[in-house]
Amino acid sequence: MIASDAKKSFFVKVKRQDSPEKNPYYEVFELPYKPNLNIISCLQAIASNPVTVDGKQSTPVVWDCSCLEEVCGACTMVMGGQVGQSCSTLVDELIERDGTGTKDNPITLEPMSKFPVVRDLFVDRSSMFANLKDIKGWVPIDGTHDLGAGPKEDPEAQELRYQLSRCMTCGCCLEACPQFSLEGNFVGAQVFGQTLYFNTHETGASLKEDRLDVMQQAGGISDCGNAQNCVEVCPKELPLVEAIAKIGRQTTVHSIKKFFTGKK
Amino acid sequence: MSQKQPRVIVVGGGLAGLSATIKVAEAGVPVDLFSMVPVKRSHSVCAQGGINACNEVARQQGYSEWIHMDETLYGGDFLQHQPPVYEMTHWAPRIIDLLDRMGVPFNRTAEGQRDLRLFGGSLFKRTHFAGASTGQQLLYGLDEQVRRHEADGKVNKYEFWEFLWPIIDDNGECKGIIAQDMRTMQIKPFLADAVVMATGGNGMVFGKSTMSVICTGGAAARCYQAGAWFGNPEFIQVHPTAIPGEDKCRLMSESARGEGGRVWVPREKGDVRPPLDIPEEERWYFLEEKYPAYGNLVPRDIATREIFFVCEDGYGIGGSRMVYLDVSHLPQGTKDKLKAILEIYEKFTGDDPTEVPMKIFPAVHYSMGGLYTVFTEEEKEAVPGDGEKTIGMKDGAPNNMMTNIPGLFAFGEVNYQYHGGTRLGANALLNCIFDGLFCGPSLVNYAKEGRMSPASELSQDIIDKFVKQEQDKVDALVNSKGKANPYDIWRRLGDEMTAAATVVRTEERMQKALETVKALREEYKDVCLSDTGMWTNQNLSFTRALNDMLIYAEAILVPAIARKESRGSHYRPDYPERIDDPFQKTSLVKYVNDQPELSYEDVATPMVPPRARTYGKTS
Ligand SMILES: Cc1cc2nc3c(=O)[nH]c(=O)nc-3n(C[C@H](O)[C@H](O)[C@H](O)COP(=O)(O)OP(=O)(O)OC[C@H]3O[C@@H](n4cnc5c(N)ncnc54)[C@H](O)[C@@H]3O)c2cc1C
Ligand code: SF4
Ligand code: SF4
Ligand code: FES
Repeated sequence: MIASDAKKSFFVKVKRQDSPEKNPYYEVFELPYKPNLNIISCLQAIASNPVTVDGKQSTPVVWDCSCLEEVCGACTMVMGGQVGQSCSTLVDELIERDGTGTKDNPITLEPMSKFPVVRDLFVDRSSMFANLKDIKGWVPIDGTHDLGAGPKEDPEAQELRYQLSRCMTCGCCLEACPQFSLEGNFVGAQVFGQTLYFNTHETGASLKEDRLDVMQQAGGISDCGNAQNCVEVCPKELPLVEAIAKIGRQTTVHSIKKFFTGKK
Repeated sequence: MSQKQPRVIVVGGGLAGLSATIKVAEAGVPVDLFSMVPVKRSHSVCAQGGINACNEVARQQGYSEWIHMDETLYGGDFLQHQPPVYEMTHWAPRIIDLLDRMGVPFNRTAEGQRDLRLFGGSLFKRTHFAGASTGQQLLYGLDEQVRRHEADGKVNKYEFWEFLWPIIDDNGECKGIIAQDMRTMQIKPFLADAVVMATGGNGMVFGKSTMSVICTGGAAARCYQAGAWFGNPEFIQVHPTAIPGEDKCRLMSESARGEGGRVWVPREKGDVRPPLDIPEEERWYFLEEKYPAYGNLVPRDIATREIFFVCEDGYGIGGSRMVYLDVSHLPQGTKDKLKAILEIYEKFTGDDPTEVPMKIFPAVHYSMGGLYTVFTEEEKEAVPGDGEKTIGMKDGAPNNMMTNIPGLFAFGEVNYQYHGGTRLGANALLNCIFDGLFCGPSLVNYAKEGRMSPASELSQDIIDKFVKQEQDKVDALVNSKGKANPYDIWRRLGDEMTAAATVVRTEERMQKALETVKALREEYKDVCLSDTGMWTNQNLSFTRALNDMLIYAEAILVPAIARKESRGSHYRPDYPERIDDPFQKTSLVKYVNDQPELSYEDVATPMVPPRARTYGKTS
């Protein structure tokens, strides 16, 4: 561990890529140290003065962020080899965890590897939103007319749905998953969590069979190897083990039903 | 060209934009929805505490929609137009029902009913919530319905697209927008028969705030430069309880106090003992002492000033500019309901707020002012609890929440209506969704019948003119050989605005700030990009918005200097009283010759006459 109070500056190494077609390269920046800095503050500091340690005038690093308080899901990246939210990951944490931050061993910032890079640390996660469309990720209400309250719900059911509803489409679970890849069709834990979320709601459940059809396809629940890396990294601590188990069971029941009713 | 089917453009995918989209799509009119971020990441996701509405439990204790309206007007120091507040508060229960049907996981009582919490400015429990991340759950609920309409082909999403300018024809009618793809940097025109801005607040003008980094106010400031007026832009809410941070001040929601959290400082100035070593009798619960009825739940501007002055007087923790917000004494079940926000505190400070009191200080939080809008009023049939006169808004009137530019509307936080001098906690989420749901049909009716001419007939020359205007701006920035650093200008703007125009505002300090902003505008002319590439250039987007922030800053300062009274969040030690004659008026700010031009519009108070806003202060 490095004695933080004595530190005047620290070093970060950023994986850069000018556009999807270009080759990636690395740049190292030296930044003034302050306690409690998050990774986004590093990127902001670089933006206002994008000069590398070699004195080269570079460009601000491109990255995705919005809320800065770990609730919008935008700022996911790989920091010191681990995926997480760059707004809630502190420089001190990484220095302590990895012993990095020195000139020889800087903190590395890289884009997620399982999504196409748009530029630098900014990746294209549109597939995650498209998957929500495929599973019909909504409650099919009759319209916005005044039709009274929704179904009553007991506090336990609400508690499960609340936990699932905190999924911020950040992609950490996909980056960490051994089954999920850029080329493959495995949908990953985010989708299992959301499928359970909608299947658990009384009105939402009316589309349950459609959702389970998707879960039954190639790339669906049966491709999950249960490694549970997803659970480890989910910043919102979604109950993904429970989701995977329940969706697995629901899909099995669904297949058997379909087998006996002869529906394809 | 033949009469094409009308289209609507929605700029902004927060609660206001999404609820408008749902209404318009449901009416069968196609929607093009623009957002700088995937809509699911809009700033609304940050809202924590909850959403207000009269409900059966409160009703049986004597609450009503009327009281909700009265609280809102009293909280806002009577600067609002009253009919929209009447309409919004009377719609609130139905809005909660609808969100409930959409599957929003509202907290439940043991019996399965929707649970309620106490919030600022009210003595009744009338705030509905989902844990301490209500905005996230509401936004997702609406996002899901929009996705459904998208799957049906009724909504086209343009995410990572930035609104640059409204297209306005020779008759002064808005006919669409110019937007830029933030990845390819392509600039394109989009036509529509009605355009609504639902682009949120302007916290970035103050540097650090509780808002998201995309809340620059840039979109609103562009409409202002194109001829739309601002209403009451000087009214900015400073939230009493935020965690000061290097990159952002993170909110600690009012729900912490609503659930029983207490604000205190050591009675002894400069006491450096750890908080848990300070016995109860040596703690000063100054809000509870000064406001016995509302206690920690006085409206935000009042709590903010009290905290500010306590620190000015040297009572801040260990002499610092922070006070304690304490939830450590609350039962576990209550702490669980606040988990989402307590986690934020622990993540960013390393301290566990369930064990030790949190250290907080006020931060810029919300823009009451914004684009000026109009509406059509209508007498309403009274419901139980209502007063004698009941005036609301006319359902579907084609001008509801339309700016002074025909065809250009403003919904949500960017709309100046509803909150007057200060906004009560948990009324913003309501106002955003209400705007979308209630005024969405107004967009449809304007697009179908209210418009002067169909957008499809707009001449190519006009379209080309606006595209060129925006392309020229980009070219000028890219080719600038100047030296000024945009991030540096922005930092100085934020520092100056925070120092001059937040909690305490004096004539002298604001005049100085106005000079500073003028100088920064000069400096901006010499601004230089550090990235001149034409692929996903965030440097360009930020630098362009900086100009709009500078222009917005002037539009805040000019009416703030002219408003020689104290009202709601606008506190002038040089004029400490509210002065209804002549200031019971909306400040109208127009952009004329590159400068703000100020005039006033009367505000009628047909239902609730103004009364002194004391919240039962004892000393
Ligand atoms: C931390 C925090 C907590 C809060 N908690 C509460 C609460 O508990 N209860 C409550 O009632 N209120 C709360 N508020 C206030 C409330 O959250 C906001 O007022 C509300 O969410 C604003 O919603 P909106 O739809 O108007 O805009 P936003 O949600 O801000 O959305 C703006 C949209 O406009 C888009 N946009 C902006 N500029 C452009 C452009 N140039 N081009 C294209 N798109 C653009 C953005 O991408 C985004 O989609 C809170 C606010 C904060 C900061
Ligand atoms: S359990 Fe393993 S395989 Fe399944 S989604 Fe999680 S990380 Fe991927
Ligand atoms: S499940 Fe967790 S890790 Fe995966 S996208 Fe949702 S919030 Fe992120
Ligand atoms: S910026 Fe929103 S999660 Fe990090």
